[in-house]
Amino acid sequence: MGLLSLLFPERRTSAVIARERLKIVLAHERASRNAPDFLPVLQRELLDVISRYVEIRGDMIRVNVGKSGDTSLLEINVEIDGAKVTPAKNGAAEEGKAGAPRIEPGAATPWVKPS
Amino acid sequence: MAGKVIVLTSGKGGVGKTTSAAAIAAGLALRGHRTVVIDFDVGLRNLDLIMGCERRVVFDFINVINGDAKLNQALIKDKRSDNLYIFPTSQTRDKDALKRDGVELVLNELKESFDYIVCDSPAGIEHGAITALYFADSAIIVTNPEVSSVRDSDRIIGILASKSRRAEFNLEPVAVHLLLSRYSPERVRRGEMLAVEDVKEILSIPLLGVIPESESVLKASNTGTPVAFDEESPAGRAYLDAVARFLGEQRELRFLQPERRNFFRALFGRA
Repeated sequence: MGLLSLLFPERRTSAVIARERLKIVLAHERASRNAPDFLPVLQRELLDVISRYVEIRGDMIRVNVGKSGDTSLLEINVEIDGAKVTPAKNGAAEEGKAGAPRIEPGAATPWVKPS
Repeated sequence: MAGKVIVLTSGKGGVGKTTSAAAIAAGLALRGHRTVVIDFDVGLRNLDLIMGCERRVVFDFINVINGDAKLNQALIKDKRSDNLYIFPTSQTRDKDALKRDGVELVLNELKESFDYIVCDSPAGIEHGAITALYFADSAIIVTNPEVSSVRDSDRIIGILASKSRRAEFNLEPVAVHLLLSRYSPERVRRGEMLAVEDVKEILSIPLLGVIPESESVLKASNTGTPVAFDEESPAGRAYLDAVARFLGEQRELRFLQPERRNFFRALFGRA
């Protein structure tokens, strides 16, 4: 077995596949298990607000609570790549009114890494 | 005397909870500790069969909770060990019959006369399983080296950390142990089964023992003998090792290497 593992270092046995699948699925489930109750509501309200400016679907926004060292992090990921700007409606993004700046299509978005 | 409550739980069914509860309880009794093993699986009781006392059940857990019988009328003394008692559950009542207050009273009474109270949980994460783990001081998570069992174990570990009495009252957390059962070293060697190190790493809880897949387990349940009383069998010895570790002893893991083919054994057909 020692020699075999030298010759074929990472043999994709079914046990190796099982281990990797479990690690991935449990990482997801543990994160959502410890999530505070307000996350779904927060996600829905964020979606409402953002969709006043950009057309996005529910699956394009992800809200997670994580930890980095001793700090708890609220992580919000919004995917707007290719999303259309919503025509001004609800009065929220009308010019002359205080509110969030409009995002021009194709304009650089500072929090998205340029690819 | 202030007995400790140990729950055997798994989430998934069919992984060997009842077999393990019977074996661990028998092992604790063999080590001289006064032990009672309780069946929490209302409506689907099987501990009585595994312990070989199915014809001696008169009163059960529900009768005691409802005040229809006294505790000592329902406890069945094991015929093989003076330290071991079986507390069967009801076969006819419905699943929700175990009320938490009633269970607490019974457990407190048992704590006065036993060192260890071993609770055999039903499968799932419904009322019965939650009731079985709620009062636990220690938990033994029975897991098979198989994806669905590992996932369900992880879930149950999460529930112990959030829904047990110790979690609710901010007490010292339930001591959680991994018992890996139905382990086949030969299949692990061939890369067909998760290895003990993999399961340990994924669940990240201390390992109490590894029980090899063994024909003696079925033989034991056929005859109603906890497998820990069968000191000839690898599974029985692995359970006794697990009990020793539970009691704080250091023991090397055994039965993790594939058995060498033995000519004489093959000849005489012994596994």
